Amino acid sequence: MENIVIATPEIFLALSGMLLLMLGVFKGDSYTKNLCWGTIAVFAFGVVLVFANRGLSGDTFFNMFHLDAFGTYLKVIILLGLIASLAMAIPYLRQEKMEHFEYPVLTLFAGLGMMMMVSSNNLLSLYVALELQALSLYVLATIHRFSMRSAEAGLKYFILGALSSGMLLFGASLIYGFTGTIHFSEIATFLSTPENVSEGVIIGLVFLLVGFAFKISAVPFHMWTPDVYEGSPTSVTALFVIVPKVAAMGLLIRVLFEMFGTIPDQWAQVLVILSVLSMAWGAFAALTQENIKRLMAYSSIGNMGYAMIGLIAGTEQGVSSTLIYMTLYMIMTAGVFSIVLCLRRNGIAIERISDMGGLVHTNPVIAYILVILMFSMTGLPPMAGFFGKLAVFNAAVSAEYYTLAVFGVLTSVVAAYYYLRIIKVVLFDQSIDEIDHTDLFVKKVIMIVCALIVVGLIAKPSLLFNTTDQASSILFEKL
Amino acid sequence: MITFPILSLMTFLPLVGVLFILIIRGDAEISARNAKAIALWSSLFTFALSCVLLVNFDETKTGFQFVEMIDWFPAYGIKYHLGVDGISLFFVILSSFLTPICILSSWNVVQRRVKEYMMAFLVLETFMIGTFAALDSILFYVFFEGVLIPMFLIIGIWGGDRRIYSAFKFFLYTFLGSVLMLVAILTLYFQVGTTDIPTLMASPVATYMQYWLWLAFFASFAVKMPMWPVHTWLPDAHVEAPTAGSVILAGVLLKMGGYGFLRFSIPMFPDATLYFAPMVYWLSIIAIIYTSLVALSQQDMKKMIAYSSVAHMGFVTLGIFTLNVQGIEGGIFQMLSHGLISAALFLCVGVVYDRMHTRDINRYGGIVRNMPKYATVFMILLLGSVGLPGTSGFVGEFLALLGAYQVDPYLAILAGTGVVLGATYMLWLYKTVIFGPQVHADASGMSDLDWRETAMFVPIVVLVIALGVYPSLIMEKISPSVKQLVAQIEPYSVKEANLQMFTNIEPASGKFPPMPDVIKNDNDKMGMTKDK
Repeated sequence: MENIVIATPEIFLALSGMLLLMLGVFKGDSYTKNLCWGTIAVFAFGVVLVFANRGLSGDTFFNMFHLDAFGTYLKVIILLGLIASLAMAIPYLRQEKMEHFEYPVLTLFAGLGMMMMVSSNNLLSLYVALELQALSLYVLATIHRFSMRSAEAGLKYFILGALSSGMLLFGASLIYGFTGTIHFSEIATFLSTPENVSEGVIIGLVFLLVGFAFKISAVPFHMWTPDVYEGSPTSVTALFVIVPKVAAMGLLIRVLFEMFGTIPDQWAQVLVILSVLSMAWGAFAALTQENIKRLMAYSSIGNMGYAMIGLIAGTEQGVSSTLIYMTLYMIMTAGVFSIVLCLRRNGIAIERISDMGGLVHTNPVIAYILVILMFSMTGLPPMAGFFGKLAVFNAAVSAEYYTLAVFGVLTSVVAAYYYLRIIKVVLFDQSIDEIDHTDLFVKKVIMIVCALIVVGLIAKPSLLFNTTDQASSILFEKL
Repeated sequence: MITFPILSLMTFLPLVGVLFILIIRGDAEISARNAKAIALWSSLFTFALSCVLLVNFDETKTGFQFVEMIDWFPAYGIKYHLGVDGISLFFVILSSFLTPICILSSWNVVQRRVKEYMMAFLVLETFMIGTFAALDSILFYVFFEGVLIPMFLIIGIWGGDRRIYSAFKFFLYTFLGSVLMLVAILTLYFQVGTTDIPTLMASPVATYMQYWLWLAFFASFAVKMPMWPVHTWLPDAHVEAPTAGSVILAGVLLKMGGYGFLRFSIPMFPDATLYFAPMVYWLSIIAIIYTSLVALSQQDMKKMIAYSSVAHMGFVTLGIFTLNVQGIEGGIFQMLSHGLISAALFLCVGVVYDRMHTRDINRYGGIVRNMPKYATVFMILLLGSVGLPGTSGFVGEFLALLGAYQVDPYLAILAGTGVVLGATYMLWLYKTVIFGPQVHADASGMSDLDWRETAMFVPIVVLVIALGVYPSLIMEKISPSVKQLVAQIEPYSVKEANLQMFTNIEPASGKFPPMPDVIKNDNDKMGMTKDK
């Protein structure tokens, strides 16, 4: 084979996935906890492998697989997100009596799919990677076998996801038909001649974007998000919120800038519409939500709108700002969900916001971390969330999208209301009963790490900004 | 000269106090006492540093002093840049002066969550000092916005019955204004290529951009100030906030708006400032007269003082936008004097509220008999608020009116009616609360100021009189910077703006400049018409 070294993390993940699956089949559900820790170890070693390959770049598997600094950055982020979301899920699986050995294995395969997504270099590998990830997640949504809501969520997710995959595939076939190739770079070369930009390619591009809009739940393709997030087991919701969107956004960036980098005007306007609608709907629809998972679903819709602003700007700085935004979003949601998973009273999970009343009186550490994370999601300095907003709005302003920037900050004021409402419930309201004090250790570690990053980023924001700048500059070298 | 980074030390010393409070453990009562002691000492030490700052400030220089510059955020070229000039110096000192007083005022009153309360005030102090010392617009924004966090918590946790409504209103109002400023700061960064305030002050942007940027900054500062008609959050926030929260709110947070006008709007957008100055005059006049009338009809002591604050801030904006030396000096002096007087008036309300737990003016009466010391303190502060010569309130209002007179005598006359109205409601308040028959047994049973309360009032009262008698005490340090600011905007011809005001009552309508090309292009991008 060619330069197979650059794919070692993925190969390692695939092989260990099969091994863990075998172990699970032979040892049964009672072995799930060990499998979970095994999967976490695999992810951790995956980070090491990705990191060991950090200087490398190139193509392998007949140009289906591409590694560069951009992919490396996203893979590290994705793997860390997976570790966090799986680690916080372990006690939950036992508490909810859903210790199925498939859980860690499916997470692993979803993770493999995501890593392949950000490394795909070709319409075929794009689709295969996306489906590997999506199919694993559909099953995970229904992993609570005896829960109607879980089954409903999984079914909804599957049907709408399949529809979006269909559109994506249709778009891909149109692009192949009109360009004659499935390789990103060859398509880009083909499209650099203005005469070759035909209607067929544009329609294909739009279908492709619709498919991606489903995956990142941008309005008007967001309908599945609140239902699926609410219905799925909370640990799976945590996984959905924290990781797949980073991967989908990474893949979207690759497609837009590597395949269609020469025709930015054709897709920028589509993204403007998606972004504006997502920001507005994410802000207004969340105002009346009572369920924390549903609220986070709408918040995620809104946040994808902000993240897209960076892509609309179409500059190196813009892509970098999207990466920053996604990274910080991931850290904040990981913290929030590690807290949501802690909230159980007498063995029953709390999902209503009003049930968190006066948390500060019974669990001050958890409550104040939640407050810090909520202020950060509001975009208030000195928390890290501010730097995400700063980056994307700066990208928008420097590309002279003033109206978009003003619209974005105004919706962020609307969104501030529901984040503040959580703070109000937690800090100002009367306390209810104490929450259960079991199995909090791992989740506390995760939330404290997230809170420290959120508070500490202000001391040296360049650490994050320089890394993402390097990652995004790779995409622009070829243009 | 001082060789150590005194401004950073002042800014972050309160945070060190926060860290100490965080590690306090043990019995609730003892840890509460320790938390109070730590908070008081760290804020007093900060104040001591601000005295060092004052002594070492060189009034012969016009530029920024005690400058510190570190590469903070090289990816964007944003620096950690601190420094003070004559305009910001006394706001820094005011912040560090009022914080220990606030902590002292809450000594026995706050019983719930004492540690958190003290931490909130120390964090607030950090943000306040940082706001006035920051010389980088992003850094300024970080501190300016950061203030919302502790203040939201102070109103929301320790406030009165409608605290949640007020906290949300305060937060969302101010946040809405500030985010527009963020876009403006980023636009400036894109236009000029730096976020460094001294550089931005020296390099005005293209005129057509100035109007938009000025409005965006105005949105933020006018809400913070607060100017009519975006003042409605203030009475709610004041009424519901605990006493110390009201003190900081009136004493320092409102001044951030006026400081912002002086630091950003005027030097960076001189053309737009001249263009919009008449609008500001009219808004100020409306604020002075209208809110004074509203204050007249209040039954709630805190609400009355809150409305009087809006009226006093009207004098500030009027003075600042006259753009002459007297007016601006008057505006700054009025802010500082109001920072002392209204802060102390809220403390006065707090004193009787702690004893009676009501702010209803009619529930008091004749308390001069049982609280003579209190009545004296209240009298001095009240006369200061009314603007009696010999108190600091007079100097600020007089200078502001003097500045306004140079622009247009009618402005001064209209604003002058506000002084009369101010005297009316303030004296009525004093008459009802302090004099008159003692009809309420509980009110006549109240004890006079104790040593702790005396300790908070004495420094303020002394300063109010000292500044009233000898304003040069601080004026000679403020003056050079103000003169420089005026010299900087002189070329943009004040006269023209005056003419405009005579001919055009509502300058914001009709004569607004045509939409600049950049904005047009942006609209194209939003639509479908952008060509390659």
